[in-house]
Amino acid sequence: MTTDIKAQIYQWLQQVTDPEVPVLTILDLGIVRDVRIADDEVTIVITPTYSGCPAMDVIGINIRMALLSRGFKRVHIEQQLSPAWTTDWMSEDGKRKLKEYGIAPPVRKTSDNPLGLFEDDNIPCPRCHSEHTELVSRFGPTSCKSLYKCLDCKEPFEHFKCH
Amino acid sequence: MTNQPVNQSTNRLLYTLQIADNALILGHRISEWCGHGPILEQDIALTNTALDHLGQARSLYQHAADMFNALPADEQKTLFSSTALQNKITKGENIDEDDLAYLRDGWDFRNALLAEQPNKDWAYTVVRSFLYDTFNFYFYAALQNSKDVVLAAVAEKSLKEVTYHLRWSSEWMIRLGDGTDESKARVQEALDSYWAYTGELFETTVVDKTALADGIGVDIAAIKTQWQQRVNTVLEEATLTLPTNTWMHSGGKECRHSEHLGYILAEMQFMQRAYPDMEW
Repeated sequence: MTTDIKAQIYQWLQQVTDPEVPVLTILDLGIVRDVRIADDEVTIVITPTYSGCPAMDVIGINIRMALLSRGFKRVHIEQQLSPAWTTDWMSEDGKRKLKEYGIAPPVRKTSDNPLGLFEDDNIPCPRCHSEHTELVSRFGPTSCKSLYKCLDCKEPFEHFKCH
Repeated sequence: MTNQPVNQSTNRLLYTLQIADNALILGHRISEWCGHGPILEQDIALTNTALDHLGQARSLYQHAADMFNALPADEQKTLFSSTALQNKITKGENIDEDDLAYLRDGWDFRNALLAEQPNKDWAYTVVRSFLYDTFNFYFYAALQNSKDVVLAAVAEKSLKEVTYHLRWSSEWMIRLGDGTDESKARVQEALDSYWAYTGELFETTVVDKTALADGIGVDIAAIKTQWQQRVNTVLEEATLTLPTNTWMHSGGKECRHSEHLGYILAEMQFMQRAYPDMEW
């Protein structure tokens, strides 16, 4: 019984999207860590992407709305900081959707050195797929994205940072 | 009040506030660049960084508020002197992260003096960030081992963000130092000036000592070597000269601040002080 409800809740959560990147659902993002059901109370455990990400509050509200509208009276959102969120938790489907939306998805580099300077990840252009691209800034319009430009098709694009 | 040894749980609260205040005050300073950056990408970089600091401060203040609310009422009254907070405590109300940010007075803040120093120009802003980010990187790396699970979790999360900050400020040190005669002279001047605020980062207060003994705090003397090495490496690549002045400012960690903090708080706290408990 509980398993059925839980599966149903996950289906509903799959309809809650990231307000900043609306093609991604919160399950695609990998921020839902657990769903707990006790009597008439449901607890959704989410982990923030970035400490100061303003989308997290909106996501919390949207989860609550999604479940309240399905008849749950007591919905509790719990934030869990550890283990820290990583883009490794993003679904493959999510990465595909990001690319189609025009945002280069995160790619894990084995040579990631936290103290490396002026290192420019080789991020393929999501539009023309050229690898001839250049980092413009490690910081973008939201915490999770950096700015690139394609040197072939000349289009600027955003990259969902590997985090 | 500030230098007296206190019991373990109160010390843990004060230690958390010290980290949170650094994040809030430096974050606020950096946010002053919003809309004033030299080019759009750098404006965005600083605004993102400010937001990271603010988010970290929020998690830490929430933890501090939880600890504060669990203290006996008698002890709560002795911790903060502002009338606005005292009113809440006397009424027996719980406090939250906003109360700690907006309702404490300057002499209740425990941030290092470096965090509150003014932006001045691009060189001063970059230098202040570089000196602090390098410290913050090793600090959070070590804090991940804290016995306080919330502090350890905040550290684990923040370290990823601080790595971006450190790359940004280190690259700018090199760009300016190894740039034109003008940029080099100005970044060297800023470095010589703000260098005098670095000693305090490694000063061990009673709160630091107690936190370390308690297993929740970081051994800041130990990270000083790492900090020094990293600073040397970047300065060398930036063709800048390591400052030789050894006289250091101090006081912020023990609630004695420069005149700058008051102005920051006047701006940051105005709405909550003028319209208590307002929300938007």
